[in-house]
Parts: sequence; structure tokens; C-alpha cells
Amino acid sequence: MSDLANGPSGTRPPALRAIGLRKTFGAFTALDDVSLELRPGSVHALLGENGAGKSTLVKCIMGYHRPDQGRILLDDREVTPRNPREAQALGLGMVYQHFTLVPNMTVAENLVLSRAQLPFLIDWAAERAALARFVATMPFAVELDATVRSLAAGEKQRLEILKQLYLQSRIVILDEPTSVLTSGEAEELLSLLRGMSSAGQISVLMITHKFREVLGFADEVTVLRRGRMAGSGQVKALTPSRMAEMMMGSAAPLESTRAPAAAVGDCRLRVAALTADDDVGVPALRGVSFDVRAGEIVGIAAVAGNGQEELVEVLAGQRLRSQGDVHVHGEPYFARREQLHRHRVRCLPEEPLRNACVPNMSVAENMAFRSFDRPPFARAGFALSHGAIRASADGLQREYGIRAPSMGSPIGQLSGGNVQRAVLARELRGEVDVLIAANPCMGLDFAAVAEIHARIRKARDQGAAVLLVSADLDEVLALADRVLVMSEGQVVHETTPETADVTLMGKYMAGHAA
Amino acid sequence: MDESLGMLGVPLAVLGGALRVSPPYLFVSLGECLTEKSGRVNLGLEGTLVMGAMSAYGVSYLSGSAWLGVLAAGGVGVLLGALHAWLCARQRVNDIAIGIALMLLGVGTAFFLGKPLIKPTAPRLPAFELGAWSDSPPLRAALEVNVLFAIGIALAFALRFALNRTRVGLLLRVAGESADSARAMGYDVLRIRAYATALGGFFAGIGGSFLSLYYPGSWNEGLSSGQGLMAVALVIFARWDPVRCLWASLLFGAAGALGPALQSVGVTGGYHLLNAAPYILTLAIMIATSSARRTLPGQPAELVSAR
Repeated sequence: MSDLANGPSGTRPPALRAIGLRKTFGAFTALDDVSLELRPGSVHALLGENGAGKSTLVKCIMGYHRPDQGRILLDDREVTPRNPREAQALGLGMVYQHFTLVPNMTVAENLVLSRAQLPFLIDWAAERAALARFVATMPFAVELDATVRSLAAGEKQRLEILKQLYLQSRIVILDEPTSVLTSGEAEELLSLLRGMSSAGQISVLMITHKFREVLGFADEVTVLRRGRMAGSGQVKALTPSRMAEMMMGSAAPLESTRAPAAAVGDCRLRVAALTADDDVGVPALRGVSFDVRAGEIVGIAAVAGNGQEELVEVLAGQRLRSQGDVHVHGEPYFARREQLHRHRVRCLPEEPLRNACVPNMSVAENMAFRSFDRPPFARAGFALSHGAIRASADGLQREYGIRAPSMGSPIGQLSGGNVQRAVLARELRGEVDVLIAANPCMGLDFAAVAEIHARIRKARDQGAAVLLVSADLDEVLALADRVLVMSEGQVVHETTPETADVTLMGKYMAGHAA
Repeated sequence: MDESLGMLGVPLAVLGGALRVSPPYLFVSLGECLTEKSGRVNLGLEGTLVMGAMSAYGVSYLSGSAWLGVLAAGGVGVLLGALHAWLCARQRVNDIAIGIALMLLGVGTAFFLGKPLIKPTAPRLPAFELGAWSDSPPLRAALEVNVLFAIGIALAFALRFALNRTRVGLLLRVAGESADSARAMGYDVLRIRAYATALGGFFAGIGGSFLSLYYPGSWNEGLSSGQGLMAVALVIFARWDPVRCLWASLLFGAAGALGPALQSVGVTGGYHLLNAAPYILTLAIMIATSSARRTLPGQPAELVSAR
């Protein structure tokens, strides 16, 4: 393993230039005449809404797709990688949004596996010694024998980057690297990348939608909109509103200001000492208690894997509790259908396509799940009225702006934002007494985010008790009236957005009690 | 030592039974273990087993060599495994349905082609006489260990080594744990699973050859007692580890030998119930290991998610 301080040939990383890239998929133009220059040792941010073409651009560079037109140059030499392995051989490495690590294998096995050339017989003792030597040169430590499943999201992300360095990538491309990290972990990661590129070890191309990251860590930025270049330049010369304008094509809608909460009413949802196990039988939720009252939004901030997914599953009826109680309107609550109707409890689980929809059924049918067994959708208690279902869905489509080929097409074909709108439309129909929302805006562009936040606030203003569970601290602080932090299955901190200390909260979320 | 060993005869007979009856369980479970480690379930191994038994008997009879019969059984197993893999690689094809279809195909074809083989006798496989030092015929009979079984034991350890310490084994495990990661690394998941399924068929065929060439040692339509299907439960019981498959096969063999062993010392009550012991064991394992709440430790992750 060569000394990574200056790369295998002791020089700086190559300069990457993409010139006039064009890529179409059938009739759809994903990229149209896009050019990008990544100077050696710099951090370049790629900004754009969902569907703007950022992933396509990066995949063309990495050899997943062949561009229809345009060239890619490394140090003024044209390259045409035909697949990611060829791109890797050229020194291009990518860290994806969804981890490509094998969860049931150890860190050492994952690293060794990623190598292009593996010997027939693997001498684990020698490999581990070599890995230990390599890791010693890194600015952070990893435990070689830990299974990836047991690592926190931040550690997995660092491992992905370590993997790239192990493979001696000189240009590291990252797709939304901080989407699963706490703000503290995000800072650490980005500072690390910044440091390594300033030292000339790597160049970084980072897809992001967070202005704060662009301003804090990038040298240059390129903005894409609908497959075309909407602007580029030095970060020093740009402001967030200018960048937003480039992304959206007009002055960006301001994040609506916090409306003062209406008078808070009685306790609608009470959770007492709730305990539950996860899928492998390990306690995930270890005695959580809190109240949510009418007209308030209680936000639970937690990093993925700290029990909040299990909490939402227990409240939604997808998981059995092992101990503890849930009371809604003072009555014991088990998420049975009859109770859901009576207490008007609605739920927006995370990953709605997986947890709240049947992908192969039509949009209209999915939107009828709450009340298909009651009039007007069901006649005489059992005969479905498809006309009524369809009419209701059409009305909601107009109201919520759901974009779909038709309300009769399978909901699995819709984009993430539209699936979320459809689920929201279903859940917010009629009166809502209790609303449970988990990561409602994951993966959505900020127009959709603003819209969903506005609707959640409206539900609160109309008197619902809202429980918001999110890994995005910004979202929790923007929406919630009271904030709880969960770590390792317990509530470890309580505060309000006005008095919140973000650094302290980040520490609690990462599991380090202050 | 005299002829009758009294009650001591029961554990001896059970041990002997375990040694004699477990090789088909062993080979089929090793084959299924490999296939499932790569992320695919092959329910057709019963058909492969029976086809293997028939082809081994036929080739052994026609060529005069039992080992050639074993090889032929393996070859037939590879073909059936490759067929399973090819069909499952098509779009929208369900592994479970294909497995059952191939099981029926294998069993039916074997019975049809094997009709001429019911009467003739074919050369049998040799065995190590580990009990040669004893004067007691029951002891000698109990300690006869077939050469194929010895090969199977070595194979179990070799497979565990290969899965952990070779490149091929590592790739197989990745295909079974995370197809996405394997693809991201540039490996062809379908090809890996095809090889694993074909190799699994090879072992299952050899397991079948044991049935017709050693014990019970002839070809007829009641030869298999469902070892191919029970192997699926066995692999779960062994938590997808080849060496644990060995112990589990011995356990199943012992369970199968319990009825005859008790009968040999005069306990004739509950004969049918005792003969059902392996099946009851299978059922008990399946019940104990399934749960609405948790996943099984050691289970390749790809077996759980949709194909």
C-alpha cells in the first residue's frame, strides 16, 4: 500500500473536465450540454433540485451511462469509462447515497472485497495487518472486526470514504453524503474532506442541496436545473438567495416563518415507558415516555437507528410492544382499525412507498386505504364504489398537485415527492386528532419540503396533536413547539427551539451525553 | 462378546443408523447450504436426489463401476441445478414455484426412465470397516462407514474453509448478503447464483447415488424418504454453516434410525410414530425457528427480501 500523502505517483490528483455532456433516456433529456471543471485539490459542489440531472451527470462520469454527446477529460486526456470498475481504475471513486457495504460482513471483509484484484486464497492475517497499517495513516479510526450492521450511519459513511481511499481513488464523488448524519458528524466529515483536498490528496465532487455545506466547505459550485446548467462559479462570489434563484429559476419561496402556536389543548397522545425489540430481538426502544397535546407539534430528533423507527412502528401498529402503554384520548390504544377511525389518528411513516402504500395498486386505490370500508367508498358495507374512489382521488390530486400519469396508474411509478403528496392527501383528509409523521421530507427538493411543512403546520393549527420524528435537526427546529432528543432507545434531552443549543443536541443525538 | 447386546444395542443401532443413513442428508444439505448462501432457495433438490439415484444405479449397472455411477449422478445434478438457475434468471420467475416444478420433473423422469432398473443388481460402493476388531456382528455392522460419507465429512470442512478463506467463497457470500453491493462492485450476481445452484445440484445428485448404491442399495420407487425436502429445514437448523450441516445430518440420521433400533430389541409399540421421528424433528425445527418478530441469525440477507 503506497504512501497516500501524495498518491501513487507523488503528484496532485488529475484535473477532471466534462465538456458538453448530453444524455437522453428515450424521449426524456436528462442532461443537455452540461460542462463541469473540477480543479485538482478542490471541493466542487453540484447543486440542483430532484430530477435536475445531478445523479445522471455523475453516473456518466463514473461509467454507469455512456453520454450521447460530449467528452470527459482527465488531465487533458480523453477517457471513456465503460463501467464503474474502469472508472475506478482511472482513479474515480463514488460514495453513494445508499451504502454499498454488506451489512452482515465485517469492516475488514468489506474493504478487502472492494478490491478489483483478489487473490484466490485470502490470508486474513496478512490482510488485516495490511489494513491496520493503512488505517493508521488515516485521520480517523475504524474497528476492523465490527460488523457493518452495528455501525452508526456516520461511521458507515466514513467507512465508505475509507474504502475509496483504500482503492486509491484520487477523485472522490459523493452523493448527498450528509443526508444520514447529524450536524456534528456532517461537520466532521466535510472538514475531513476539505482537509484532504487542500493537502492535495484528493479532489471532491459533492452533490448536495444544503446551502450551508456549499458555503462552508466548497470552493466552486455548479447549479443544474432540468438537465441544463443554470449557473456556476466561485462560492465566495455567491449568496444563498442567488444560488436558490439559479436552482429554482426564480426567487426561491422563503421558508415560511414559524407561526405562533394556538392555545395548546388537552393531552391527545400519551406514551408511557414504551419498550419494544427490533427485528433481531435486541431491545430497540427502552422505556420512552412523552405526551403530545392538541395544537402542538412535538419533534423527536434522532439519528437513524436509535429506536425512533421502532417507536413509529409501534404507534402505527406495525410492531408489538413488549412493555409500556399508549393512550389516545385517555383510552388504551393498540392501533386497531376501529380505534384509528374513532380517535382519528393518522400516520405518515417514513419511506411511504414501502410502509404506507402498495406499489402495484393504483394511486386512487392507495388514497382510499383509510376509508375504503366505509361510505361513500363502500356500499352496503362491502361493495366498493370505484367511481367514488376515483372521484375523491381526482379531487385530492388537484388540491395537492400530485403529478402522475393518471390516478389509475400504479403508485410505484410516481416520484418520491408525489408519493408523499398522495399519502399526505390521504392522511390529512377530514378531521385529524393525532398525526404521526416520520421523516416526511426525506429525499425531496425544497419546494416539496416547504409545501409539506406548511401542511403539517396547518394540521397543528387546526387542533391536531402532531408527533414529528426526524433525523433532520433543521426540520425539527423549524416545525416543532417542543423538541425531544432520542438516543439508543431513550429520550435523553428535552428543549424548545427557542432555547435549543444545536451543538449540545448534536452531541446527545450522537450518543455522547454532555 | 455374545450375539445379543441387550439394551446396549439401542444406542449402538442408533449410532450405526446415523452413520448409515445420514450421507444423503449431508450431501443434499451441503448443496442447499451453498445455494442459499448465494441468495437463492432450491426446492427441487428432492427431484435431483431421485434422478441422481436412478442415474447412478443405471450407470453403475451398465458400466460395472459404482464410482462412475456416482459421477454420473453428480453430472445429472449439475444439469438440473443449471436448469433451475437458468429459469430463475428470467424476469418475474418465482424460485419456489420453479423448485417444486423441478422436483416433480426429477422424480417423474427418474421413475419413468428407471423402470428397467428395478430388477437388476448393480455394483455397490465400498465402505471402511471400522468395527473389524470386534467379534460381534451388530457392532461390526454399526461401525461400517461408507467411503462417500468420509468424503462428505471432508467436504463439509472444506466448504467452510472455502466460504471464509477463498475469493470464490467471499463472492458467493456477498451475492447472498447484498446483491446491490455485489453489483456495485461489478460482479454478476446471477452468474454467481447459477454456479452455486449447479454445484448444489452436483452434491444433491451424489447424495442420491448413495441411496441406490449403498443403503438401501437398490433402485425402486420408494427409495427416497423425502431427504431432499428435509434438507431445507436442515440448513436452517444448521444456520447456514457447512460443518453444522454435518452434525445436523447425523442428528436426522439418528432420528431415522430410532424406530428400527427399538424394534430390534423388541420394542414394537408405536412403530409408525417412531418412524416418523425425522419428519417430526423437521416440523419442530421449522416451528421453533420461525417467528413473526425476528429474523434468523446467520440467514443470508438476500433470502428474506423479494427476489
